[in-house]
Amino acid sequence: MRSIPTKLALVFAAVALISACSTPKVEEKAPVAVAPQPEPVKPAETRAVAPVVAPEVDPLNDSNGVLAKRSVYFDFDSYAVKDEYNSTLSAHAKYLSSHTARKILVQGNTDERGGREYNLALGQKRAVAVTKSLSALGVAGNQVEAVSLGKEKPKAAGHDEAAWAQNRRADIVY
Amino acid sequence: MLSLLVIVFLFSTSAQAQLHVEISGVGATQIPIAIAGFTNEEMAPQLVSTIIKNDLSRSGYFQIIATLGSISETDNVNLPDWKSKGADALLVGRVQKLDDGRYEVLYKLYDTNKANLLSAFSFTNSSQFLRVSAHKIADDIYLKLTGIPGVFSTRMAYVTKIGANYQLQVADADGDGIVPAFTSKEPIISPAWSPDGTKLAYVSFELKKPVVYAQNLITGQRTLIANFRGNNSAPAWSPNGAKIALALSKDGLTQIYSVNVDGTGVQRLTNTSGIDTEPQYSADGQSIYFTSDRSGGPQIYRMSATGGDAKRVTFTGSYNISPRISPDGQTLAYISRRDGKFQLYALDLGSNQELRLTDTTDDDSPSFAPNSKYIVYATEIAQRGTMGVVSVDGRTKQRLTTQAGDVRNPTWGPFMK
Repeated sequence: MRSIPTKLALVFAAVALISACSTPKVEEKAPVAVAPQPEPVKPAETRAVAPVVAPEVDPLNDSNGVLAKRSVYFDFDSYAVKDEYNSTLSAHAKYLSSHTARKILVQGNTDERGGREYNLALGQKRAVAVTKSLSALGVAGNQVEAVSLGKEKPKAAGHDEAAWAQNRRADIVY
Repeated sequence: MLSLLVIVFLFSTSAQAQLHVEISGVGATQIPIAIAGFTNEEMAPQLVSTIIKNDLSRSGYFQIIATLGSISETDNVNLPDWKSKGADALLVGRVQKLDDGRYEVLYKLYDTNKANLLSAFSFTNSSQFLRVSAHKIADDIYLKLTGIPGVFSTRMAYVTKIGANYQLQVADADGDGIVPAFTSKEPIISPAWSPDGTKLAYVSFELKKPVVYAQNLITGQRTLIANFRGNNSAPAWSPNGAKIALALSKDGLTQIYSVNVDGTGVQRLTNTSGIDTEPQYSADGQSIYFTSDRSGGPQIYRMSATGGDAKRVTFTGSYNISPRISPDGQTLAYISRRDGKFQLYALDLGSNQELRLTDTTDDDSPSFAPNSKYIVYATEIAQRGTMGVVSVDGRTKQRLTTQAGDVRNPTWGPFMK
């Protein structure tokens, strides 16, 4: 008859510990239930104020923000950044200038037509064009590396102009 | 009119993956040769005489005369009798298992017209490399009867893409004996053999950008050759194996540099404001052929292996890329875009005559066989990457495909000691 109330008491003790403690780890051995001892409060500390700043939401993580746009598309056989990407690139330049510890890769891509190595060099030309635009907007050179994936990592898998247009592209990669 | 011969070989020797080889076209002349069964060859894992027959008929330059039974190299042969059966040459031989488990293959090659012995030799290999003995015999026959070294015992490297997986593979020149050398989830391009055939340099995208590695095929050890800021690509070994020429964009757009084979001692070789890429050393190591857009579109140029002034080599068409110079220095192979088609061309550097070698429209990555007589290249058939092999005269063609996925970036290995 003795054993059941003892077990119940232990269960209660364990539940009390779980609710008191933020880590839900219960030891195998029965803990000894001890009433928490409130720390003696010194009167002067009741006037202390710990300053708190609301956590900054990194605009990079805003999926609706202008920084969510990270691709620049190019015309056929073209390596010039079109004016329509000015606002996108300005936003990234502004962000990078105010976050100088941030570094990006600009990855250039081409459509599937032509040789692998020559396309790698052409993709590099696109990446360099975007890098130059960012540099002109004040981004430090050591924050940006222009690289190319050539025709090796197509975003669109098709073999028509619609797919090719998607793949003539440079991506900003944080 | 050229008679069209289409043969399909489906090798089935082991559980290893194989390339499917399809042949079309024959040589201008075909040498009729009788190849007898080799005595005792049935006890070995592969039939040596069958591998030799397949090698020779696949080349397009031999016609195999039917034989019955086996003839040992020690047997007496009636050469006039073989001549009357239409054979210009006769191969006989024997396989024997040595005490250490290896197989010795002994053979004799006869000229039936002159009734004399052309070759008598033997090769000894473990059962794993018995096929190499057969290929070496085919190489010897090819040399004795055509005057040109055979390439049946050489190997090829190429990249496969199956789903999202890339693999650099090494296979015998007949597409058998495939071994995966390097596997990655990111693209692999531009493999290049070291002159001694023990290493492959290649471009891997495993670091989210193109980086050049050299891999020792025997030990699997990889050496980082170039991981400069920007792109690192297009490696090519110098003929003496001391340097690797490559394309780097560390100073802006893509330019040609050379490095030592341990990645040290980088030297810039070109200095233009555009693209210079795809360096290839000439066989004497004195020159580098490369692709440059300095005239507008891409064309092929030649310069000293130490850099300096470049001389334009291609003038027909507005897009000529991927230069490869034959080991004998006589032929330049490249890809030219004409009427929207990317096709393999060969330029005879003596006569300046240009020859289109293919009818496919997405050719890429040509590579010469070490005997200068064949070119392997990548192409697409029904939007699937395959490899083609064509003779430099364009007469014989083979197509190599895998059972699944794409094959790309083939590169033909050197003669091995």
